[in-house]
Amino acid sequence: MTLSRRKFIRTSAIGGAALAAPSLIGSVARAQDGPIKLGSLHDLAGPLAATGEPMVYAIMLAVEEINAAGGLLGREVELINYDTQSNIQLYSQYAQQLAVRDKVDVIHGGITSASREAIRPIFSRFRTLYFYNTLYEGGVCDRNTFNTGTTPAQTVEKLVPYAMNLWGKKAYIIAADYNYGQITAKWMRKYVEDNGGEVLSTDFFPLDVTNFGPSISRIQAAGPDLLLSAMVGGNHTAFYRQWAAAGLKDEIPIASTTFGLVNEPATLEDTESTGVLGSYGYFEELQTPASQAFVKAIKDRHGAQTPYVSELAAASYEGVHLWAEGVKKAGSVDRMEVIEALETGLSFDGPSGQVVVDPKTHHVTRNTFLAEVENRAWNVLETFEQQQPLDTAAVCDLEANPNDTTHYIIDI
Amino acid sequence: MDLAIIVGLDVISGIASLVLISAGLAVIFGMMKIINLAHGEFLMLGAYATVLSVSAGVNIWFAMLVIAPVFVGLVGVIVERCLIQFLYGRLVDTMLATWGLSLVIVGATTMIFGNTIVGVSSPLGGFQVGAYQSSLYTPFLALMAVFLMTAVFGVMRYTRAGLIARAVMQNPEMAATLGVNPARVYMATFGAGAAMSGLAGGLLAPVAGVVPTMGAAYIAKAFITVVGGGTSLLWGLISASGLFGFINQIAAFLTTPVFGEVILFIAAVVLIRLLPTGIAGRFFKGRL
Repeated sequence: MTLSRRKFIRTSAIGGAALAAPSLIGSVARAQDGPIKLGSLHDLAGPLAATGEPMVYAIMLAVEEINAAGGLLGREVELINYDTQSNIQLYSQYAQQLAVRDKVDVIHGGITSASREAIRPIFSRFRTLYFYNTLYEGGVCDRNTFNTGTTPAQTVEKLVPYAMNLWGKKAYIIAADYNYGQITAKWMRKYVEDNGGEVLSTDFFPLDVTNFGPSISRIQAAGPDLLLSAMVGGNHTAFYRQWAAAGLKDEIPIASTTFGLVNEPATLEDTESTGVLGSYGYFEELQTPASQAFVKAIKDRHGAQTPYVSELAAASYEGVHLWAEGVKKAGSVDRMEVIEALETGLSFDGPSGQVVVDPKTHHVTRNTFLAEVENRAWNVLETFEQQQPLDTAAVCDLEANPNDTTHYIIDI
Repeated sequence: MDLAIIVGLDVISGIASLVLISAGLAVIFGMMKIINLAHGEFLMLGAYATVLSVSAGVNIWFAMLVIAPVFVGLVGVIVERCLIQFLYGRLVDTMLATWGLSLVIVGATTMIFGNTIVGVSSPLGGFQVGAYQSSLYTPFLALMAVFLMTAVFGVMRYTRAGLIARAVMQNPEMAATLGVNPARVYMATFGAGAAMSGLAGGLLAPVAGVVPTMGAAYIAKAFITVVGGGTSLLWGLISASGLFGFINQIAAFLTTPVFGEVILFIAAVVLIRLLPTGIAGRFFKGRL
């Protein structure tokens, strides 16, 4: 095909107009009939696939339940899911596609903080409601965004003092070397010091480190009472293996904010994982009727190969239902009306218990749990009822500043 | 004193693991001038072969030391017959082809076994040095590295097969006129290189997080070691592993793991600048 200058100008002008048009007429043309569209952006291929898979299963389940109960406002809910393949570029591309071409009414998605920050501005620009359902470092302050996962004030704040009471005051922190690990390590340090302890040292590990020998020697030389870990990914799992192989697991215990988010207790040997402490907003092993029904519903549909149903899955499920409550209360899918309905402090009783929207921060007040690995599964030791997102609340007030869209790096 | 012993062990383990992960690549690159970008995936296949055999009830030593190298060696032979044999002498094309191959292997493994971490726990216990503890698996890895190097030396230096292999690598036309079939030698060499990668993967399985994408974490270091070592198969590999393993482990111990990696790569860049033909190209020229 030959492309003359004129032809090029003509096609690009038409293309430009076509791209610009939806944002001009979007709010008018959005169909009032037909299904309500729920967009989903999750990784189903690449390194994050095992994380994304149960989140999508949970969203599918929630949508199925809403439709089985007669849909919303008499309309069916249609799920449009794009696989972002652990690739940030695809997040941006599909986010635009969902907002502009598919004209969805709400989007649930994003796993890493990096992916969230890639798509959040797109949804603000195209005025599409966004739910981020992953536990993260806290600080997102955006009226268009609702965050249903836990933040450090809800989990790390419980984990650190519990571990210190059990094991002692001298902690050694190991964490993955990117924004999540760096920020979580700061929170760990803060809570260790708040509880009268001392951090001997903090080591960060790039995600492709595989030989932990020298670091294990460093930790032994420092002689801590406990190890606080925010290690991430397949290569870092090797740390727990090498730690156990050196016979240190019973000498220096581990508490972690990431261990078990995918399936570490099931894949590591019992001897390598028993005794590790963790704290999240949900565990598959929770024995409440709501939790058992939730896990059974997912496993019935997807079989024995289903990855661990973690907080990420529970929060995704609760996120979709919270949004549905908002739509019901607003009597409309209009973005602003749903946001205002959610800001009245709507709640939903999910597998983790009651989840309440906090109008000031657009985060949620929810139960959190503390558990210990035993026989390759989590044994839930403590439940902390209705924990508020106090970390984000310290920097964010959307009632006072409704136009804020910042991701605050909370100064600790 | 105890600490010095433990750190010394770390250094030995760092060197040994570099020798193991780079040996297969050194054979394939050093002898055949094929840049095998699927090397990391060969390691991964060895690790998977070990983990799956162990979970099927096979003895872990047999799985690591026999099943993993034999299986990956066979994969290597198939790859050579179906892909590599058409690309000898075309350096850039082999890079592209083996890179594509690595994507295929990662994709296929993910489809079959899922994208989750699998593994076996380390078969040997720990031991005590004063107030410190270390894993017995560390000295075992070092022994295996020594054994592998001795075996390579023995085969290349003292057997007829080694002699023929060296002759073909030096001058394939001349070897062919003397009645050797170079195609067959290439195939066997590629298979042997792959088998060594499989062995390394099997040996690493108990101390690594085994996932389909794990190869990526090893391939850069393997390449740096082989390029830093230069053309001599054995002495290049040993000297480069010794240097880089030492620098990496000591730097990681004295500073942080991040700087440990950074210093390793800086050292590699400086080395290649000063000795463009690698350590062996300067000091062990013409040796095995």
